[in-house]
Amino acid sequence: MNIKILGAFAAVALLAACNQTPTPTTASTGSGAVAPSGPVPGSEQDLVQNVGDRVFYAFDKSNLSDEAKATLTRQAEWLKKYPQVQVQLAGNCDDRGTEEYNLALGQRRANAARDFLVAQGIAASRITTISYGKDRPTAMGDNEQAWAQNRNSITAVK
Amino acid sequence: MSIIGSEFLPPSGLGRRGLIAASATTLALPAAAQQAPAPAAGKPGAASAVIDVNRARAAPIPIAIPGFAGGTAANPNLGRDMAAVVTADLANCGLFKPLDPASFLQAAATMGDVPKWSDWKAIGAQALVTGRVQASGAQVRVEFRLWDVLPEQQIQGTAYTTGEANWRRISHIIADVIYSRLLGEKGYFDSRVIYISGTGPRNRRVKRLAIMDQDGANNRFLSDGSWLVLTPRFHPTRDEIAFMSYANNRPRVYIFDLGSGRQRMLGEWRGMTFAPRFSPDGGKVILSETRGGGSNIYVVDLDGGREAQLTNSGAIDTSPCYSPDGSQIVFNSDRGGDQQLYLMNADGSNVRRISFGAGRYATPVWSPRGDLIAYTRLGGDAWNIGVMHPDGSGERILSQGFAVEGPTFCPNGRVIMFWRETPARDSRGNGYSARLVSVDITGFDERVATTPTDATDPAWSPLGA
Repeated sequence: MNIKILGAFAAVALLAACNQTPTPTTASTGSGAVAPSGPVPGSEQDLVQNVGDRVFYAFDKSNLSDEAKATLTRQAEWLKKYPQVQVQLAGNCDDRGTEEYNLALGQRRANAARDFLVAQGIAASRITTISYGKDRPTAMGDNEQAWAQNRNSITAVK
Repeated sequence: MSIIGSEFLPPSGLGRRGLIAASATTLALPAAAQQAPAPAAGKPGAASAVIDVNRARAAPIPIAIPGFAGGTAANPNLGRDMAAVVTADLANCGLFKPLDPASFLQAAATMGDVPKWSDWKAIGAQALVTGRVQASGAQVRVEFRLWDVLPEQQIQGTAYTTGEANWRRISHIIADVIYSRLLGEKGYFDSRVIYISGTGPRNRRVKRLAIMDQDGANNRFLSDGSWLVLTPRFHPTRDEIAFMSYANNRPRVYIFDLGSGRQRMLGEWRGMTFAPRFSPDGGKVILSETRGGGSNIYVVDLDGGREAQLTNSGAIDTSPCYSPDGSQIVFNSDRGGDQQLYLMNADGSNVRRISFGAGRYATPVWSPRGDLIAYTRLGGDAWNIGVMHPDGSGERILSQGFAVEGPTFCPNGRVIMFWRETPARDSRGNGYSARLVSVDITGFDERVATTPTDATDPAWSPLGA
């Protein structure tokens, strides 16, 4: 609840800033003089663009790669910076496994990411997990590239 | 194999789905038929058309099913329509060969009580079905007779009286009677399939609970797609479904009452509950709950009471299914490294692995006959639907594809339904489809079911449900 209110205020502030600086150059050239833009700090977009919201897993695995650990370490730092933020970790699978098994595998992946964040000092109470098995793919194709994208844990601001 | 019993079970077999005021009476042999020559020898009343369906692949029985005579004000062709449903059921099961009506010598309209035997023998019919439909007040009366052509005998004569809205159901019941009298075992046509309907792009799929008759008729959606729903299963004796719902973003097992449309969460759990299945006596549900990195199998009373935790391996133990006698449970687990099939006693003791072929094994379901377990086998490029004996022997593959998953047995165990996904041909998901497919346990007669949308997760109801 707090987060949402904060986000709304921040957005209003940005709009106001834009209105107060009616420079003709803002929309045209995108030079260094542009008013501050980009995601609201501590927001979902901030997480996605500046931290990385997801980590990837090998086929039928839930252990964290070095790259996944690096991403989660950045997420932990970011979460420490915005202590009011709560997140949900959603575990997902490619569709080269059966539905029920993948529900459990997705949960295992979300848990692995959560456990890493907790080990980095993030309170477990700020994190919830959910598994969508193979039912919420990011990529819609049926090839190794798509499957690799779909084997993930996605962190979202609640 | 046993031959036909002397009587069929009409009214008590009418099941739980509100065939309101339906009744069945046995029709006496028409007087003229009593003059017909008695069977030369052997068991009186035994049909010569009876075949042994347990033999590898018997030739289908040639059967003539002229349109039933009569109709109602609402549908003057009701008799013809009913015969068409009976014909489709018998043709689809692969064990009958309904003869082309164009070959019939005796027109239905000219048929009296007793067939003109020579006309039916001439076209090679071993069995003949005749029927008549009459309005009876607000109800309809449907008479049908099954004849054994060679010995010129009536095998069965039954009249059903019911509301006209039940006409398809009565047709399926008639097809089941024919199946039972000619094959010596119960049919499966008066049954339904519950499944998950899928619409929309794959990354924003809308999934709804749906139900249809086993032949695809009377499709109905039971949920509106607000929440993701998965893995529905029929209760063995009541009009209830166990399934998984993400309602309020809490993925849990629910019980849905088909009569009232109400649903309730089954018990209170810390983790996600999934993969529910009813016990054969209908009093319990087995399911999995996620815990730590694994998933454990529990048995719970239908009132929600947690009865017992059956597995605690730290692995993913899921997709449990009882044996028909309730004494054992088959499930899949990755406790040995990858997904394989295991058996345990109903109390969780004596766990032993039963799958040893190449690939991963998943989604075991026990045949209602008890003699087979059907499963999904996953290889890298191709998946299979297969069956094996409960000790793991006698493995046979029935169907194969890029993705075939989730077998369910029809009520008499002779047909399996599963779903088949066709892979997308591009990165936008174009070309992807999901269809319900049925196949005989011999591996013959694969058929794609007609569903209004993509369909997955089929579960076949018991007979008469």
